[in-house]
Amino acid sequence: MLEEKEYIGWKDFEKGVWCDEINVRDFIRLNYTMYDGDDKFLNGPTEKTKKLWDKVSDLMKQESEKGGVLDADTKIVSTITSHDVGYVDKDLEIIVGLQTDKPLKRAMMPNGGVRTAATALEEYGYKMDDEVKEIFTKYRKTHNQGVFDAYTPEIRSCRRNSIITGLPDAYGRGRIIGDYRRVALYGVDRLIEDKMNQQKSLEADTIDEEIIRLREEITEQINALNELKEMALKYGYDISCPAKDAFEAIQWTYFAYLGAIKEQNGAAMSIGRISTFLDIYIQRDLNDKKITEEEAQELMDQLIIKLRIVRFMRTKAYSSLFAGDPNWVTESIGGMSSSGKTLVTKNSFRVLNTLFNLGPAPEPNLTVLWSENLPEGFKKFCSKVSVKTSAIQYENDDLMRNYYGDDYAIACCVSAMRIGKQMQFFGARCNLAKALLYAINYGKDEISGDQVGPISQPITTEYLEYEDVMKRFDDIMSWVAKVYINALNIIHYMHDKYAYERLQMALHDKDVYRTMACGISGLSVVADSLSAIKYAKVKPIRDERGIAVDFEVEGDYPCFGNDDDKVDAIALDIQKRFMDKLRQHKTYRNAEPTMSILTITSNVLYGEKTGTTPDGRKKGEPFAPGANPMYHREKNGIISALNSVAKLDYEESIDGISYTFSFIPSVLGKTEEEKVDTLKILLDGYFEKTGHHININVLDREVLLDAMDHPEKYPQLTIRVSGYAVKFVNLSRKHQLDILARTFHDKK
Amino acid sequence: MKGRVHSLESFSKVDGPGIRYVVFLQGCNLRCKFCHNPDTWNVNAGMEMDSDELVKEILKAKPYMKKSHGGVTFSGGEPLLQAEFLLEVCKKLKKYNIHIAIDTAGNFDIENHIINELFNYIDLFLYDIKHIDSNEHNLLVGTKNEKILKLATYISNVWKIPMWIRIVYLPGITDKNNALYRLRNFISTLKSVEKIDVLPYHDMGVYKWEKLGIEYQLKEQKIPTDEECKKVEAFLNSNKSSKISNV
Repeated sequence: MLEEKEYIGWKDFEKGVWCDEINVRDFIRLNYTMYDGDDKFLNGPTEKTKKLWDKVSDLMKQESEKGGVLDADTKIVSTITSHDVGYVDKDLEIIVGLQTDKPLKRAMMPNGGVRTAATALEEYGYKMDDEVKEIFTKYRKTHNQGVFDAYTPEIRSCRRNSIITGLPDAYGRGRIIGDYRRVALYGVDRLIEDKMNQQKSLEADTIDEEIIRLREEITEQINALNELKEMALKYGYDISCPAKDAFEAIQWTYFAYLGAIKEQNGAAMSIGRISTFLDIYIQRDLNDKKITEEEAQELMDQLIIKLRIVRFMRTKAYSSLFAGDPNWVTESIGGMSSSGKTLVTKNSFRVLNTLFNLGPAPEPNLTVLWSENLPEGFKKFCSKVSVKTSAIQYENDDLMRNYYGDDYAIACCVSAMRIGKQMQFFGARCNLAKALLYAINYGKDEISGDQVGPISQPITTEYLEYEDVMKRFDDIMSWVAKVYINALNIIHYMHDKYAYERLQMALHDKDVYRTMACGISGLSVVADSLSAIKYAKVKPIRDERGIAVDFEVEGDYPCFGNDDDKVDAIALDIQKRFMDKLRQHKTYRNAEPTMSILTITSNVLYGEKTGTTPDGRKKGEPFAPGANPMYHREKNGIISALNSVAKLDYEESIDGISYTFSFIPSVLGKTEEEKVDTLKILLDGYFEKTGHHININVLDREVLLDAMDHPEKYPQLTIRVSGYAVKFVNLSRKHQLDILARTFHDKK
Repeated sequence: MKGRVHSLESFSKVDGPGIRYVVFLQGCNLRCKFCHNPDTWNVNAGMEMDSDELVKEILKAKPYMKKSHGGVTFSGGEPLLQAEFLLEVCKKLKKYNIHIAIDTAGNFDIENHIINELFNYIDLFLYDIKHIDSNEHNLLVGTKNEKILKLATYISNVWKIPMWIRIVYLPGITDKNNALYRLRNFISTLKSVEKIDVLPYHDMGVYKWEKLGIEYQLKEQKIPTDEECKKVEAFLNSNKSSKISNV
């Protein structure tokens, strides 16, 4: 039976299974209002929103002038309830709640690693409180310490030599999405009750290690939910009951997310898939004439402002890996339901409309789940937003629905997961271009000269032979996959132990499906290198250490990105081989190994640490990002490049295949309408060919050049890099040059 | 059968309606002084491709062509120089219902049998008129233009194949001595013209001339602004009574 408090929140909602169990999907399915019209109903920002955004923009300017950090906590260890209330401007804010007591002030979270947290502060001119440092060094171990206590010499060597890179062993792993919607739909009390029932189900006769761990975790989850109520109460809201209207639904959902980012400095803290869920509340209020369309947009604009000021304290080394200070507050929009109806609502439009109302921005990371069957009006609007802002990314809903159903969201850039039912153990990536060099150099690192991998017999031929190199490469891949999975097992064991995501996991079911999300970088470098070895003649030039430091290439060979099966098949072969090797290992908590082809912005750093490769890429030069073909090797134009990338097999990389694409605006057509239409067709075509993900930039190179010299003119210039967007002017010069060096499809 | 292909471009928005797959065929029978692709002239250069192989490549872009109501455009060089090969390719493409356009300078006899047979498969001609005055034409591209104008009339008025006229605008040459009036008059006699495109002369292909060791004779040629081009385009699209200033 429903209790009275639920009746108020659930008035007029179609009842169903969701009333008796925690099941947001069922609620959405029964209650949402599909929208297949155009963008004409949308409203601009209200005066209040404009004023608030001006204030926030000004703070961001100050932040940027101060070198990236406006203010930071050095004494208070951040928890859900650690801080008093904070506001940007109480009179202008509708949706409230900050991570600390001041906007853009960064919280201190030492659980990932106290040294990392202290270093981050020091690099920006702050000092961690001595007592805090002592506690987290002497009395309370952190994740980072745990990992290094268990790492083997072999793992350390692989890490030091950057064949396995970016591991979350000194920072929060992230890529977990709490189902923040549950707080709005059920209220916290009902969620606690559910967790207590879960705990009861774990009173087994034999309490083994698995049950012990789960019992402790669930208790922690319940504690976190209680703290969340306390946090909201400080702001004057009682979130123990279901939200009663659109404002409360948005505020409750945001509070849930806020609790998560107060507790965890995770690499990617994505918000999930909230727009269509929230539309149900907005639509109910619109029907009851409680709010106007203008007010509905105002609520969404205000929420988005909050998501734009999410901040974490991070080291400069971290920023050189993930340039532009990203948090991946990814929101997944649109898509189709399993029954074939679109999940696009008016709120799918409103959330994208914030890019016009507030101007373009990298966060939240707006991600459109594209389906062939999305309504035309929505397709056109997305395309229009892309042409004007370059701020959204697209992922193939028709592909992902087969794996994840219709209530999944993207964590970070390309990682799909069922909301509240699935999480991943984030595993950064293995540098496959370097692995290929190890194959040619008998396991030695081409930069340090260290014997990192297993020793192999010298190559006796003058020119590299394809079959021989492939055999050696296969052996190296087997070895590195083993080291890689072992490292991840240690990392996630320790993360669960020392930096458990209490609140995020409280917003999950009891039994969670886990994936071990590995990744690879340098796929196009490897494919082109192997193509050179196979179709041309490649002679390694070895130095006194016997290490190949350069390659002489005679003859032509096909490159990845031209829709040529001769080389594309090599890329596919490598993709499948490495995935198969990952599948062979036992994983922590029986997580299913998966793989992504995604580099984020670290393609620059990986390139820096990798010697000259047989494809002609020189030592230190960047890799192409994600699954991109190498720069300027796509000779047959846009569609051929799209087709090559679309051939990569999602089945072998279900953690995502990232592709970043840049157009000169005029290439899409003369008029605005023509550009929008062309982009829409390109997206339809690419996804029909089973491409997984694509970032779309529509920019003139001249604009970027000007922005390098006059950053003050372009405070909001946003560009998609690899699964996320950045403010171009916040990138290092090196990253800016890398973006300029990439292929801009400009054939007119 | 095999043909000679200069290069393939899988995406273009400027060579016909919708998204076009453009096949640049090797070899040309004109020698335009302003040519930006002199590397397509030599009939023996380029890569050999089998008609099946080429059709297979083109079909890879099919979803994009279909969704945009686009198709394939054969350009060059001069695609009609390889009419026999083209005929074989077009026959195969028509089985897949692909829209076919040909970008030609039209320097061929109207009696040419193969070309006449080819017309059966062509949905659109992008017809380049280099100059309306035969002597100027001769100076500019090395041959007179009677044959070209005759073929244009034949395609447009006898075969009634839709046609887009393409003019490369070289200020001081294209518009010399009332040439634009005469050009407009000529175009008005063609019955299937759907569009007139004026493309600005540019010198971005000069490096190719240098690479091939041929002297580039138009070094002093002025490059028109977009605005000037639009003006010429508007004039050519206007009715006969209107005037154009400064041309």
